[in-house]
Amino acid sequence: MATVLYKLGDDISTDVIYPGRYMATVLPAETPKFAFGDLKELNAALISGKVAPGSIILAGSNFGCGSSREQAASCLQGHALVIVAKSIARIFLQNAVNVGLEVVIVPDIVAEIGDELEFFVTKVINKTRGHEFAVLPHAQTRQAIIKAGGLVSYTRQRLMHMTASAS
Amino acid sequence: MGGTIAEKILARASSRASVRPGEVVEPAVDLAMSHENAALVINQFHEVYKGTGLVPRVWDPSRIAIIFDHRVPAESAKTATNQKRVRKFVAEHGIEKFHEIRGDEGGICHQILPENGYVRPGMVVVGTDSHTTTHGALGAIAWGIGATEMAAVWTLGFVPNVEVPATIKVVIEGELPAWVGPKDIILMLIGQIGAKGANFRVLEFHGETAARMTTSGRLVLSNMAVEAGATAGVFPADEETVRYLRREAGVVGDIRLVEPDADAAFESIVTLDVSALAPQIACPHTVDNVKPIGEVEGTRVNQIVIGSCTNGRLDDLAIAAGVLRGKKVARSTRMLVFPASGRVYRKALELGYVGDLMNAGAVVMNSGCGCCLGIHQGALGDGEVALSTTNRNFQGRMGNPTAEVYLCSPAVAAASALQGIITDPRKAGLD
Ligand code: SF4
Repeated sequence: MATVLYKLGDDISTDVIYPGRYMATVLPAETPKFAFGDLKELNAALISGKVAPGSIILAGSNFGCGSSREQAASCLQGHALVIVAKSIARIFLQNAVNVGLEVVIVPDIVAEIGDELEFFVTKVINKTRGHEFAVLPHAQTRQAIIKAGGLVSYTRQRLMHMTASAS
Repeated sequence: MGGTIAEKILARASSRASVRPGEVVEPAVDLAMSHENAALVINQFHEVYKGTGLVPRVWDPSRIAIIFDHRVPAESAKTATNQKRVRKFVAEHGIEKFHEIRGDEGGICHQILPENGYVRPGMVVVGTDSHTTTHGALGAIAWGIGATEMAAVWTLGFVPNVEVPATIKVVIEGELPAWVGPKDIILMLIGQIGAKGANFRVLEFHGETAARMTTSGRLVLSNMAVEAGATAGVFPADEETVRYLRREAGVVGDIRLVEPDADAAFESIVTLDVSALAPQIACPHTVDNVKPIGEVEGTRVNQIVIGSCTNGRLDDLAIAAGVLRGKKVARSTRMLVFPASGRVYRKALELGYVGDLMNAGAVVMNSGCGCCLGIHQGALGDGEVALSTTNRNFQGRMGNPTAEVYLCSPAVAAASALQGIITDPRKAGLD
């Protein structure tokens, strides 16, 4: 069970999630402080350290559109946020899975700030309002990476496998 | 059933006879491009090797391209230090296609790759930049990936776990009116299908107008395909592609032509008739908020920008110089021009375009991403309005979340400089 911390509209771009002027900062350990850098209130709440891990950012459709900057995924992962969106742009979705940011695609989700959501494999229940919504499962390709704990470990496994079969 | 261009290339690169949308493939990569974010790729690449006891080695240093463009010359000590780290890695691993901060060889990655003949029809190209779609203009399949995914490519030589995307055929018909160009076509398409209209899909461009377009124009369409969410935006490789690669990019070896099979299965077909198209403007703050120019004519602008990987090539500067030659940029606005590469810049100097633009009052900056992403040049003041030939107008894109960015063609940008208001070039008394 987790609480909706903030609600965003459609087409939230990576320029909003991680403004371009912070792009010189690249290391995953350093990006979280710039998450939603131009949404002052949200950014302040996140860096206050008082936001519970697993808190939900609720977004509309096409979340994460725009640039391929991976900082947009790592900065949210650093705060252990869960993204619930109606749909997600391709590169951001892949980056999220690659860096271990939890993203849940719920095409018909209805919820407001403060609502409690409970997650199951195929559905999300909005406990506050008593509604349930179907989850769009991740493609099998992305599930393999999630299972390995992110793309770094997935690639490491593949590398070791290739090295073993070559020798 | 035959394949679309993307399906045929992905099948070839995955050693399969054919592939279908939804299938999972692991295509071998022909070209892997990064810019300053190579700093993060390097970090992730080393993470992959951690604890393996293996010495980190990239799979093929001749197939990796690294181009400094996003913040050149460096705007901060932090960037300069990142660039220094990348240089060290480039030297250690013998990365061949490395483009430094230089006036002769430097420029924006999506101009450097085509103009040096690095991209050829039939290739699989990935880049840690969303506008990697640009290279589809040359009959390659090219898409943007994140830094960790690039670290996987550097390690493995293929892209792991790729789902074959379905393809939307875009048929462009009709003679373009005067002062209307490729930028207006792609803005119209994005306005029509929306910012997620092609999410997880490939756009494949056909029709007589697409066939007549120069490579420079095709690059504009492929570049902005991602603004409709597309994974890639591809053109068939034809005689024009060969002309460009031989004459402008100096390619000497074999060039394969690429086209879809006659019975290729497209997911859907979109037809655009451009014969009566008006100049199109993408209004704040989304690229799909597109209006014909008539609806925003007269809007005051504080800054006019011509440049970027979308519209900073020689033909774009020629249009701008033609409009502004012997005239003046209005004092109520300011105009910034940043050519797409050092090569474009030097040609524009030779042909007198740079002089024309400077005499009119424009500032011609060094080639690079410059104000396109609002990091270190040409940021906007609070509440200011920009009119730009770049490809994104998201809130905060030009460095200020309270500013507004309108996107347009080079013709509209140049015509608008004369009075500092959004101006329809068809009505500006130009010849
Ligand atoms: S010019 Fe702009 S869109 Fe093009 S690569 Fe640079 S930052 Fe990206």
